[in-house]
Amino acid sequence: MSSDAVNGAGANPVMGNTLGGDNYLTHGRGLKSWLFTLDHKRIGVMYLVSILSSFLLGGVFALLVRTKLLTPGNSAMMSADQYNQMFTLHGAVMIFLFVIPGIPAALGNFVLPLMLGAKDVAFPRLNLASYYMWVTGAVMALVSMTTGAVDTGWTFYTPYSTTTNTSVIMMVAGVFVLGFSSIFTGLNFVVTIHKLRPAGMSWFKMPLFLWGLYGTAIIQIMATPVLGITLLLLIAERALGVGIFDPALGGDPVLFQHFFWFYSHPAVYIMILPAMGVISELVSVFSRKHIFGYTFIALSSIAIAVISFLVWGHHMFVAGQSNLASMIFSALTFMVAIPSAVKVFNWIATMYKGSIWLATPMVYVLSFLFLFGIGGLTGLFLGALATDVHLHDTYFVVAHFHYVMFGGTVIAFLGGLHYWWPKMFGRMYSDRWGRIAALLIFVGFNTTFFTQFVMGSHGAPRRSYHYLPEFQRYHQLSTLGSYILGIGFVIVAANLIHSLFRGRPAPANPWGGATLEWRTTSPPPHDNFATTPVAGDPYDVEAWRYDRTIGGFVPRAAGDAPAAG
Amino acid sequence: MSLGHDILDRLFSWAAIQTDGTFWMPVQASAGAEPVDRVFSFIFWVSVFFFVLIVALMVAFVVRYRRRPGREDAEDSAHHSTALELTWTLIPIAIVVFIFAWGFKVYLDLNTPPANSYEILVTGQKWKWLFTYPNGHVDENLHVPLDTPVRLVMTSEDVIHGFYIPAFRLKRDVVPGRYVKVWFRAIKPGEYQIYCTQYCGTGHSDMWAKVVVHEPGGFERWLDEASNFLKTMSPAEAGEKLYRTRGCAQCHSVDGTGGTGPTFRALFGHPVPLEGGKTVTADEDYIRESILDPQAKIVLGFQPVMPTFQGRLKDQEITAIIEYVKTVK
Repeated sequence: MSSDAVNGAGANPVMGNTLGGDNYLTHGRGLKSWLFTLDHKRIGVMYLVSILSSFLLGGVFALLVRTKLLTPGNSAMMSADQYNQMFTLHGAVMIFLFVIPGIPAALGNFVLPLMLGAKDVAFPRLNLASYYMWVTGAVMALVSMTTGAVDTGWTFYTPYSTTTNTSVIMMVAGVFVLGFSSIFTGLNFVVTIHKLRPAGMSWFKMPLFLWGLYGTAIIQIMATPVLGITLLLLIAERALGVGIFDPALGGDPVLFQHFFWFYSHPAVYIMILPAMGVISELVSVFSRKHIFGYTFIALSSIAIAVISFLVWGHHMFVAGQSNLASMIFSALTFMVAIPSAVKVFNWIATMYKGSIWLATPMVYVLSFLFLFGIGGLTGLFLGALATDVHLHDTYFVVAHFHYVMFGGTVIAFLGGLHYWWPKMFGRMYSDRWGRIAALLIFVGFNTTFFTQFVMGSHGAPRRSYHYLPEFQRYHQLSTLGSYILGIGFVIVAANLIHSLFRGRPAPANPWGGATLEWRTTSPPPHDNFATTPVAGDPYDVEAWRYDRTIGGFVPRAAGDAPAAG
Repeated sequence: MSLGHDILDRLFSWAAIQTDGTFWMPVQASAGAEPVDRVFSFIFWVSVFFFVLIVALMVAFVVRYRRRPGREDAEDSAHHSTALELTWTLIPIAIVVFIFAWGFKVYLDLNTPPANSYEILVTGQKWKWLFTYPNGHVDENLHVPLDTPVRLVMTSEDVIHGFYIPAFRLKRDVVPGRYVKVWFRAIKPGEYQIYCTQYCGTGHSDMWAKVVVHEPGGFERWLDEASNFLKTMSPAEAGEKLYRTRGCAQCHSVDGTGGTGPTFRALFGHPVPLEGGKTVTADEDYIRESILDPQAKIVLGFQPVMPTFQGRLKDQEITAIIEYVKTVK
């Protein structure tokens, strides 16, 4: 369909499109109607814009770091100190401003009440407060960048962080505030899932994305306060000279690592659990098949949330903790791998005998399975004590982390974004460009990070401004990959932004999803649903059939059984 | 190494980082390296197996079950299978339990030093390593005898550093206020890289040193000669070595940049303004006094924080340092 023919198309009730008519985007006009909105959808969109801006900022830092690493020695581009600030800011921005709030606060906020057939989250004001906490924390982080950007690494290890002369206090205070944003979102989601499920939606009839968000929310509520306390102690030591972590003041530097990772390891699962939830939705819809092994996938989310609290010590295998502690943490670390493996096998089984549609979101699913597969399996090298000692703090860890966080979370985020985009904005983007971008990101990512596995197992330490010339070829390949990655993201952005203006109006259910958000119009009205939908099996995708005239899916009429293939 | 690794090495020889290592691993220069590499190799092939399995199934399903005219809907198949799901829960559990146990055993073996190990003290500081031998000699590189258990007792003077020798598969954080101990037995003569792996600021990536594994007899000869550097080197050269290894360099630069103490650049023979308004000319006696009784004269603008080196440096060493300071123009 040419874009001219549809550009400016008005509301089309037949296909369930409300562009030009009344929807949440047109309900209330002007800046104030956005800034003071209590609508979870608008808050979700504001989060989306904010975290994508953070992603852009973090991405620019990453490209600068990679560009410096084209050569092993000093660089006219940046000094060693500036390099140290760059990689710290890349990590801090990506972790605290983008990945942690990414899927839950942006996509989750938009989708969660819709999936429940509800009008909003349980506490809309808390939801808005959470957003403004995020904004406050982000502003503090930005201020810290202009007043002597931190150079501690995103982990703020003591005693370095209490002795360096950069603005650690401002950055750490920003992260502290961001933590509250995260706690508020988690609290809101837990209550919403407990109290606002519709009639017919028992716990085990919930979409798996909600299980993912629920597991995430539990971690956010229970682990984030520990980070808050740790950061306050760090500020107390820096500002007041209270000896807690610095041995010069009678403290213990390794204590900081225990406190920090008690939050930050579960936080890794804050980042990956919602991503797994997204994949569970997408793999079923785009295979036109019921999810395989619902109960195992749902319970594995909870298993991950629980075990994730018990593995933090694997960050200290070489920090001098006792052999006994290392043994226990190694064993528990291997146990947390199992629920993830179960999910992967169940997703693959979902594709078996399906009708697989390689639309953009599904391309991201395949990319996820490939990359997260590598990310998960390389975790085995790091969980085993003998090999971890060699690989710890090298590029191998950097690569593993990015395969999980980027290959896992970011790829799932992109899949989810392309999946819910038509619902959010009522427009379809170009599927062809969507797939081209997904492919470029896949190629660019592997080029960037697979090389880092090899460098790492040869001993190249991470966070290094200088490196030995023998690694230069690998660094150059890695940098080339990062540029391909950057081009992929430019195409994603162009494609999505273009769709906002010239995209084909989206039908209510463009992909054939059986969860409740597809039962309302695209974009949804302010109150989400004209009539409260009745929840059924969220994976009964076969109850929908493709209707060529509207370019989307409609409920199958009675007696119109799916053609068994 | 296994046959699989040989094939990989040949396939990727163009990409090999070090000619004497493999595609994945650096050369094995300590007794501990081989057991670690065996665990690595096992996990590697387990990973390859599962990765190929996942990707092959994925690709096969996409090709076979892709949506196309006449295949709009899925075929009937089970929504779950407890037997199948238990299978792919229990098999991975069995495999990871095995990997865990093996990894732990090798780790324990490598953490238990034999009796009568040769002991060397290691000090990490921003941004270099110092190695102190039993006879008191301090060196910037680690020299060890072949086939002898060596025990390192390590501490840091400032922040946390990470002591890492890839060729030995040996790494441990060096924490201020603590002594950590590791050991190894070198099995291959040569020079290998030492890194700092715990980020420690500006010069983190310059905290490089070498471990030199000597042929039998070579270590003793080296230590003898190195300890006698006052006799074998010119006084200025020996002074420079002392400047780097005895803690002068941490506070006194030689290129004019600021530090805790005044720079040595263009110091000798020049007037030095002191706290209290006096001025003194930096001659041999002034430098000697500043080393042995640092609080006697405080340079204008600096804190009286330097410790005395009385009893820590011999006369001959002080003379060598003075000779070195003379050369710093």
